[in-house]
Amino acid sequence: MKAAPFEYSRPADIDEACALLGGDEGARIIAGGQTLVPMMAMRLSRPTRLIDVSRISALSYIREEDGHLAIGAATRQCVVENDPIVATRMPLLAAVMPWIGHAATRARGTVGGSLANADPAAELALVAVTLDATLTYREAGRNGDIPASEFFIGPTITALPMAACLMEVRFPIWRDGHIGVGFHEVSARRSDFAFVSAAAQVTVDEDGICRRIAIGVGAVTDVPIRLERVEQELSGNRPDAARLRPAIEGALADVDVTADLHASAPYRRRVAATLALRAITDALASAKQRGPDAC
Amino acid sequence: MSEAPRTFRFVSSDRRVREDRRFVVGKGRFAADIAVPGLRHVALVTCPYPAARIVGIDKTAALAMPGVHYVLDGRELAAATLPLAAGLDTPHVPRRPLAVDIARYAGEWVVAVVADTRALAEDAAERVKISYERLPFVLDAEDALKSDAPLVHAGHGSNVLLDRTFVWGEVERDFAESPRHLSLRVKWGRSSTVPIETFAVAASWDPWREMLDVWASIQMPKYPDQTATALKLPASSVRVHYDVDVGGSYGVKRGIKHTVLVGYLTKRLGFPVRLIEDRLENMRGGDAHGPERLFDVDVAFDDTGVIRSMRMRALDNVGAYAGRSPFQLGKPVGAIVGPYRIRSVQYRAIAVTSNKTVQEAVRAFGQSPTNYAIERIIEEVANSLGLDRLEARRRNLIRKEEFPYLIPSGSTYDSGDYHTVIDKVLAHADYGALVAERDRLRAGGMLAGIGLATCLEPSGGNSSFEPLLNPKNTTTTWMDSCRISVDATGAITATMHTASAGQGHETLVGTVVGETLELDPERIRVVRPDSLSALPSNSPVGSRMAVMLGGAAFHAARKLREKLVAIASHDLGVPLERAHYREGGVFDRDAPERRLGWMDLVTVAHRNFHKLPPDMEPGLSVSHVMQVPTGGALPTADGRVQMYPCFSFEFHLILMAIDPELGKPEIRRYVVGHDCGTVINPKIVHGMTMGGIAHGIGAALYEEFAYDDEGQLLAQSFMDYLLPSSHEVPPVEIVHHVTPSPHTVFGQKGSGESGYLGAPAAIASAINDALKPLGISVNTLPIKVSLLGDMIAAAREKIGEPQGVE
Amino acid sequence: MRVELTVNGAIHGVDVEPRTTLLDALRDNLGLTGAHAGCEHGVCGACTVLCDGAAVRSCLMFAVQADGIAITTIEGVTPGPGELSILQDAFCETHGMQCGYCTPAMILAAHALLTNNPAPSRGDIVDAISGNICRCTGYAQIVDAIALAAERIRGVNRPPEAGA
Repeated sequence: MKAAPFEYSRPADIDEACALLGGDEGARIIAGGQTLVPMMAMRLSRPTRLIDVSRISALSYIREEDGHLAIGAATRQCVVENDPIVATRMPLLAAVMPWIGHAATRARGTVGGSLANADPAAELALVAVTLDATLTYREAGRNGDIPASEFFIGPTITALPMAACLMEVRFPIWRDGHIGVGFHEVSARRSDFAFVSAAAQVTVDEDGICRRIAIGVGAVTDVPIRLERVEQELSGNRPDAARLRPAIEGALADVDVTADLHASAPYRRRVAATLALRAITDALASAKQRGPDAC
Repeated sequence: MSEAPRTFRFVSSDRRVREDRRFVVGKGRFAADIAVPGLRHVALVTCPYPAARIVGIDKTAALAMPGVHYVLDGRELAAATLPLAAGLDTPHVPRRPLAVDIARYAGEWVVAVVADTRALAEDAAERVKISYERLPFVLDAEDALKSDAPLVHAGHGSNVLLDRTFVWGEVERDFAESPRHLSLRVKWGRSSTVPIETFAVAASWDPWREMLDVWASIQMPKYPDQTATALKLPASSVRVHYDVDVGGSYGVKRGIKHTVLVGYLTKRLGFPVRLIEDRLENMRGGDAHGPERLFDVDVAFDDTGVIRSMRMRALDNVGAYAGRSPFQLGKPVGAIVGPYRIRSVQYRAIAVTSNKTVQEAVRAFGQSPTNYAIERIIEEVANSLGLDRLEARRRNLIRKEEFPYLIPSGSTYDSGDYHTVIDKVLAHADYGALVAERDRLRAGGMLAGIGLATCLEPSGGNSSFEPLLNPKNTTTTWMDSCRISVDATGAITATMHTASAGQGHETLVGTVVGETLELDPERIRVVRPDSLSALPSNSPVGSRMAVMLGGAAFHAARKLREKLVAIASHDLGVPLERAHYREGGVFDRDAPERRLGWMDLVTVAHRNFHKLPPDMEPGLSVSHVMQVPTGGALPTADGRVQMYPCFSFEFHLILMAIDPELGKPEIRRYVVGHDCGTVINPKIVHGMTMGGIAHGIGAALYEEFAYDDEGQLLAQSFMDYLLPSSHEVPPVEIVHHVTPSPHTVFGQKGSGESGYLGAPAAIASAINDALKPLGISVNTLPIKVSLLGDMIAAAREKIGEPQGVE
Repeated sequence: MRVELTVNGAIHGVDVEPRTTLLDALRDNLGLTGAHAGCEHGVCGACTVLCDGAAVRSCLMFAVQADGIAITTIEGVTPGPGELSILQDAFCETHGMQCGYCTPAMILAAHALLTNNPAPSRGDIVDAISGNICRCTGYAQIVDAIALAAERIRGVNRPPEAGA
């Protein structure tokens, strides 16, 4: 199980990376390689050239700016996992990090790599979609933005232009009330890709009214999706468990659900509803517990 | 059999395992670590279809690549070699390393490419152009039995390799006279042992010495003989190096097809050749899948739950070729009633070929599926009577005063105290509290169940299933051996004659020889000579090494003691019966100050021929070749035979919880009672038990070589074939009991398999207990999350139970 | 391609194809055979080495990516000929292995854990080795080994008067 031959380049900066990418149709960016290298080993992916961006320090950072948390695309997952700003400002992201692969894959795997590989079950993709993240790329000397809702097209397929290099993902920081988050996933083994996952973030005011909610589910269909009908149902209202489940089921009713070796379509549809409900319930509960100074 | 366990100096004490020191520093010597100068590498081209005629092979582009040395096809190999040995008498089901004209499963090896590096060999393999004509195929065992099924081997005339019905006892009468009957169909899914090291073999032919040197990750009886036969070499021209560490096997590392392939290549090409299966080659074409078995079981029992008779039909889908795997339907004959007093049995064993990957021997050699079937039916007997499942087992278990106990199929169980083991486990676990915990979980909205399973581990490995299922095979000898040499400096070296895959055989030999010679085992060097210097061994199969290698080491050490005593008796001028051996020296029992120490004796043996007793060989080298206790007889005409000498017992007790919304089962508590007679090394037995349970958890919940309808293997990598990680294996509490075997020198029995024998049955039991309130049961392994979730959802909908309530 | 690998404190120049994994370079070019190939697609963890102290899968890194990174293999945590580290000794004490194939990787994963967390809970240990598949042991004696090593290392670091 050896990769097919390829050329290796390690550009000094992102523009050089873009130039290399533009100059070789078969080239691919490598950062952590935790998804790409297995595919190459099985020769399911056969890049002619690998462009290694993992050493470009300008792509590795976590900072708070303009009401957003910005993370450089080549930032290692283990860095995000242990970052204090992420823990306080982006608790949903902090909650999913330990569920990504294993410690040994998070030590090499990057945030941008996971997003660009667009696995329907990837936790980072789910959080990006759920929290309306924006992805910034570089192409031919210019920057471009794509909202997460448009970034993921299908398994391993994204809206990233051919010769573009992913630079950054920005998550909006919610500041309007007490934030609560919830995350659930089910898989065969603890560390496998999820059959189904659900992530929720809410804010609740002093009266217990849900002011804002974002709820997304992963692995159910080709891309992570938001359950917008549930968000509409809950937003501005006091949560009512009896109405929540039908709303969730309604939101999932039209989804074209995936079936594979590991889980049937009915399973995914049903369990997506369960996990979404649990994620929302947990988010509401944690919002009520969090002090006002939390955000 | 209830006498107090004997006390030992070293046996049973919690000593370190000597092999471990080299492994913790990365200095194990695995097949892939063997650096042979000039080694070239093999990659394989495999058939993409479940059945296809090979129409043409174009090697041109591959051979044109620099660094590519050879492209071998099946016809060339077949012309130069004999077919691989098969267990059954099936001459028209020939098996060869590379497909000849027809490929019979997706992933079968068709062409081998030899190049300077493995990567280059893979590049060249992609350039070999093979044209195929697709052929009809069959995947399911029951379909394979149908008269219009595509034939996997047309020359054989059917897909049936084996169809034997045995009747032991008055089955018809017992069924007729029993007030209650019950039938159950259960299925054991296709999984295997899947070691982390794939199969690896390097071979080097020396044409001037006419010697084939082989380094391989093997666990295979008669490996040098079978390799030599297929390559048409005298076995004295095949030197297998046994001092290779094997990175896990648990049955499957047989590798004859791999070895014949590289053996031919190194002879043909004149340089050393290595094949290390990559994970894809291993999973698809390594021919190492395990049993895939459908059981139909009928039992006849009375109103108290006592089972009088059983009819079992076992249909196994062995894959595309025969190999040794159909014998896995034979080994269960040796414990066909499990630990229960079932007085008559009808057993029909059917093995069919299909267009799936070939099976190989898997831990417990077919007994684990059978044990699952037996344990499922006993639970159904209990359920049908409203009887407690534990009580149903107790009423049927053989009682300790009944040993030795002859079962209907001809084996006599050596010893056991099953009720006591169960009682110890229940006491340790506080069974009442466990039931209360289950009920508390249920009250909290979870599905929860208690799992119970007993199992017997036949050990000592006589392979009487060979003559039982193949009348042309008259083998009744299954040896193992040990040689002990004391050199002129007084250092002691003992030998074993097989490779080892983590079972601690060097520690076993050191401990037994030390115990017998009353010397610190650390003084005993243990080595593994190559096959040309070796004494007979049948390799570590069938839980046999504690009994057989331990036995051979004991007897060799006894011979050494006797020789030392004879030397001292002669030298001291005292009668033999007064010469007493203690801790390496021999003294006159009536005058203990008259004594020869270790070096005195060594010196006499090595240097002072004038002091040796007349007719005694000089030097201190003894060996013992041991036959299996109780082995040696052919089966009777009605198929009764003593299969294996010793029978270990385990009782598994677990608590599981299932989130009803997710269908995800979780093991909350796991207690196992274990009786493998005298334990030689507690650390090893503990580890074997734990590892077997983890393996059983995998077979029950996670692992399956699933195929799609087009005959493609879906679980080809570790992304889809799910081995339990540390997250999935719970802490296990082990309760020990010792019922020594009367057939072994220390009372030991085998211990490598019973965790795997009991865990799947116990998990199935717990899940079915959990499902009982829903009125459903599951009779297929593995029990995957999605399947279970869908079953639970359907059942809850049927009974109108609200879903989605948090 | 020429690449300089810093392995166990020494710099080695090796010529490799870009497609050569770090695992293959360690084994084939440097003769460090303590790292093992199990799946070559990043699942089993038998190839684990330390990169700048973190446990990573050497089958998922190309050697050309590894220059300038401090790579530690099992050979590098062994104190000297015939000597064992506390962790290695603890694995022997509990028999935290059988066939030994996954063992070097397990020890390195444990090494990374104990470097960051000298007093791990059982759950921490289970999580730290969850990316390393062992087919022999069912993990119990491995977890025991790591817990024992942690205890011993803490004992070594404790001032004598605080001892029992």
